Amino acid sequence: MSTAVSTASPSTGSAKSTSGPRRRRLGSTGIVYLALVGILVISAGLVAAQGGNFFSQGNLFYLLSQTSLLGFVAIGQTFVILCKSLDLSVGYVVAWSSLVAATTMAGDPSRIWLGVVAALAVAAGVGLVNGLVISKLRVNSFIATLGVGLIIKGYLDTQYKGPSGEIPKAFQGFGYTRIGPVPISVIVLAVVMVLGVVLLNRTRSGYHMFAVGGNIDVARLSGIRTDRSIILAHVLCSLCAGVAGLLIAARFGTGNALVYTYGYDLNSIAAVVLGGTLLMGGRGSIMGTIAGVLILASLDTVFNVLDVSPFFKDVLRGAIIIAAVAMYARRQIDPASSRARFRALAQSVRPGGARDGQAPPGSSSASAPSTSSGKEATR
Amino acid sequence: MSASTSATTPSGTGTAGAPQPGPSGNGFSRLVQRATSGSSWTVYALLIVVFVAILVMNPSFGEPMSLMAFLKKAAPLIVLAIGQYFVIVSGEFDLSVGSLVGAQVVIAAKLIDGEESMTWPVIGLMVLFGLGVGLINGLIVTLLKVPSFITTLGMMLVLYGAIRLWTGGAPTGSLTEGFRQWGRGGFPDTPGQFQVPYAVLITLVLGVVAVIIMRRPYGRTLVATGDNDVAAAFSGASVWWVRTRAFLFSGFMATVAGILIGGYAGVTAQVGDGLEFMAITAVVLGGVVLGGGRGSVVAAMAGALTLEALFTLFNQLSLPSTIRPAVQGVIIIAAVAYAAMPRRSKAAPSSPTTPAGVPEPTVPKEPQPAAP
Amino acid sequence: MRRSRVLMAGAATAALLFTAACTTDAPADTPDAGAAATEESTEESDESGANSQWFVQADYERQLAQRSAVPEGPGEQPWLQAIDPEYVDTAQYAKEGGKKLCFSNASVSNPWRVTGFITMQQQVEVLKASGDISEFRVSDAADDDNKQISDIQAFVEAGDCDAIIISPSTTATLTPAVEAACESGKPVIVFDRGVNSDCMVTYIHPIGGYAYGADGAEFLVENLEPGSKVLALRILPGVDVLENRWAAADKIFSESEIEVVGQEFTGGDGAKIKDIVTQYLQRGDVDGIWMDAGDGAVAAVEAFEDAGKPYPVFMGEDELSFMRKWQETDMTALGAVYSNFQWRTPILAAQKIWNGEQVPAEWVLPQSPITGEDLEFYLDANKDMPSLHYAKFGGEDLPGFPTAWTDR
Repeated sequence: MSTAVSTASPSTGSAKSTSGPRRRRLGSTGIVYLALVGILVISAGLVAAQGGNFFSQGNLFYLLSQTSLLGFVAIGQTFVILCKSLDLSVGYVVAWSSLVAATTMAGDPSRIWLGVVAALAVAAGVGLVNGLVISKLRVNSFIATLGVGLIIKGYLDTQYKGPSGEIPKAFQGFGYTRIGPVPISVIVLAVVMVLGVVLLNRTRSGYHMFAVGGNIDVARLSGIRTDRSIILAHVLCSLCAGVAGLLIAARFGTGNALVYTYGYDLNSIAAVVLGGTLLMGGRGSIMGTIAGVLILASLDTVFNVLDVSPFFKDVLRGAIIIAAVAMYARRQIDPASSRARFRALAQSVRPGGARDGQAPPGSSSASAPSTSSGKEATR
Repeated sequence: MSASTSATTPSGTGTAGAPQPGPSGNGFSRLVQRATSGSSWTVYALLIVVFVAILVMNPSFGEPMSLMAFLKKAAPLIVLAIGQYFVIVSGEFDLSVGSLVGAQVVIAAKLIDGEESMTWPVIGLMVLFGLGVGLINGLIVTLLKVPSFITTLGMMLVLYGAIRLWTGGAPTGSLTEGFRQWGRGGFPDTPGQFQVPYAVLITLVLGVVAVIIMRRPYGRTLVATGDNDVAAAFSGASVWWVRTRAFLFSGFMATVAGILIGGYAGVTAQVGDGLEFMAITAVVLGGVVLGGGRGSVVAAMAGALTLEALFTLFNQLSLPSTIRPAVQGVIIIAAVAYAAMPRRSKAAPSSPTTPAGVPEPTVPKEPQPAAP
Repeated sequence: MRRSRVLMAGAATAALLFTAACTTDAPADTPDAGAAATEESTEESDESGANSQWFVQADYERQLAQRSAVPEGPGEQPWLQAIDPEYVDTAQYAKEGGKKLCFSNASVSNPWRVTGFITMQQQVEVLKASGDISEFRVSDAADDDNKQISDIQAFVEAGDCDAIIISPSTTATLTPAVEAACESGKPVIVFDRGVNSDCMVTYIHPIGGYAYGADGAEFLVENLEPGSKVLALRILPGVDVLENRWAAADKIFSESEIEVVGQEFTGGDGAKIKDIVTQYLQRGDVDGIWMDAGDGAVAAVEAFEDAGKPYPVFMGEDELSFMRKWQETDMTALGAVYSNFQWRTPILAAQKIWNGEQVPAEWVLPQSPITGEDLEFYLDANKDMPSLHYAKFGGEDLPGFPTAWTDR
């Protein structure tokens, strides 16, 4: 058993779509990028029909700056979802870290680094608490992070009456400076993305995360300290949310508690899933997530250019998310992937996947592969 | 916080919901085991503690009128919790109920627009709409294999946007007395004096129906599906239809909750906001396990009642409005953590190593009927 | 097993300590946050109202005085009136022909904004018909400050807006973006909530939050016996316009014999409002209700009916379902007004600016509450309008009246 597990390489969509010569079908990341291209083409067509240029510098800048904020949060969310967990507290972490950064910096350029470190430390602290509550207290991640989010909300509402602190001009550059149409924040996002990809695909910790998400029991039996992986994923997730908080603070010039009403929690989950990562864990990629975020940002941009009602945007966004995931579910019936090996093993240990305090949302909603490979194992 | 003497023991590695039959014992100890097994007793204990605390703070809360006012307010959440229970115990989520409640109230106000004669036709339409939303949710989840979290999140966005697109952003129209009485009025019709709210009667009826459903074969199949859908499928259940029906129930209950909330407080732009998280929290507080397969509907209703009682207690304590979410968060986490705590067991931790695909031979745990 | 028990107890204790710490001093969680929070807590020793960071004595006094000031301008067109204006020259922005007008809206997420936005669109129609406006572009930020910053940047970037109107969603956070828009050289018009800058050509707003809150608080003080109990219902914390309303009311209540039994955040949700009022009525009498916005006022009135209590002295808003309830029950009430007609003014201001006419640098519109004597008049004037419409919307003379507002 352990040999099988250890030979299985961490599989990500991106690895499959780029470096898998034995695979002829597109991996899920491939589909996501196709979808992204499709949406860009349609958008460009619609805008051109109105006599505009979708790829104008202004529109690209709009698209990219919409990407960066959600991008940070969604990259973080990818780690936890890969671990079959979930983080509903990210919005509160973004708000809190923006406030910590702004109040620590207090308009003094010499305190910029202090503010950055303080904000990230607070964020990491929240991630640690999330991870501990989920892994040690065995509280379902949905409830744990919802509860932690409520606790932070209570603290923020009590402690900060509205926007507080001041970001020095030098640091506001993080939110406003750009090179051509590319904002600095997008460059930072790219760096975080690369770090994330390396972590997931090239390190033991990343490999463990896939294993934990694939099947926690198998992972544990094969000697992985599953609790550590879950805690690490949550710390990383909150750290990413902390970076998003810094970006928000830089753009606002101050910190604001009401950032938690912007829906980063559900939006980031939607982006991750739109990017082809399985909500039930064990399979997905950061590259896919970025594509998911880009899709959402493209929609934002084209609706903005076309002057579409924000409510119609919600309708379309909801429909697209469902349609995309339905499409992935059809494509992913593919037992050849290494993840399926985890799963087949899992089935021999016990049917129906693991369940304890941390059953993920929709875990047994059985996206196609689990059911199909489960059945295969029994035949 | 001492270890309970539960026989059905979640072992360290995480057991399936289906409880192994407890070790043989006499009837009484069985009864005790059943009452304290799982996690649902936590919610009853919490409910009693909260109620006692409220009564200590404010003895007048025990007066029939105050109690009825409380139950009238709590009714919509209890109804939503029933619907959410069906979905959660089958292993799914329904995040769309908050938007659905909001949509229903807005639809009612816009279509009825003060015309008493429109009341019943519109209520009929709302029921159809609620069932339709449930059906779409169910079919997308079961046939298109989209995780319910995503399906219902998408539905939440669609409903939220569509209803505002239709009304231009803020609700219009007004509700009739005939519509509002179900959430606001009571029997006998003497406002300002003691009355039994219709909302409470409706909730009681729905609760009893839910208990009956869960004791029938459908209920058992539903729990079995949530526990292990592969096994359930092999034992002959038509999993997709079982789950789709759970979503239908949820859509229907959200409709009823919409009628009750609209009746209780009329139309505001924010109606329904965040109710999905409240309903899920209530169900989980009732010891129902996210992921399915475990928990009773009565406990889920008790969870909703506890949550509402908690809000009342916060108010009685004159807790600053801003800090209440924090306390709520602590209590939710603590309650769920306590329920999830590994318990010392007399039985050896039986690790569930049923061969793949063979349905587990046990009948899933029956919902525990208990006096609400 | 034991370990997780200890852990849980530890976590619960820590969490409780943590929440307890919130009311007193810095959180125990991380030292860095502690350092940041300590600074906060010193200036907020007494949390809210007149002692909060939101209360500025000078602004308060100015707004209270402005209530009795006589505005300049045509009396039948309050949206063109201005209190104590200081005019600025706009000749540099003069422009001929059809112009492109860009509007960055915070949101249309509540009935007040929906009503106002319809009025604004109808005003735009008039100027489109006259050829002054060729295109009206709207970006709706859906209450997301970050999106609104991007929206404003997009207008600046596109470079083809002949004027930019901004209704900021949050004062402090939108300041850098509005300043950037000003630097683009296009005329910038800010209305409703402001920003911490005076770079825009004109900032249009009614008298303000202090006046709004004070109107209601003074009414309650006048109409209630000393020692009466007032419940304050608020939407949410941390929004400057709403905080100002409460700060003024809190100051007036604290200087009177009125006892404030509680201030609660309701999110504007009717069910929550009704529940909270019901609970207060169970604990004791409530003689007056103060609200920082009228959303859900009817639910609060109904709570008194359902509990069999006499109607309180009530401060609502000029929202129609409340005004109809007020007339029906004949209670002692006041409909505070945050002049909805201000949504017309930015469009007309843009036209003035393009014409090179002077506009007030700070355009303070009149703002006066609806009293018992006016009630009949305003209900009659709005008799075809739906619930959740605002009486002082000021669009009666626009060509789309009344269908644009009734069929929204």
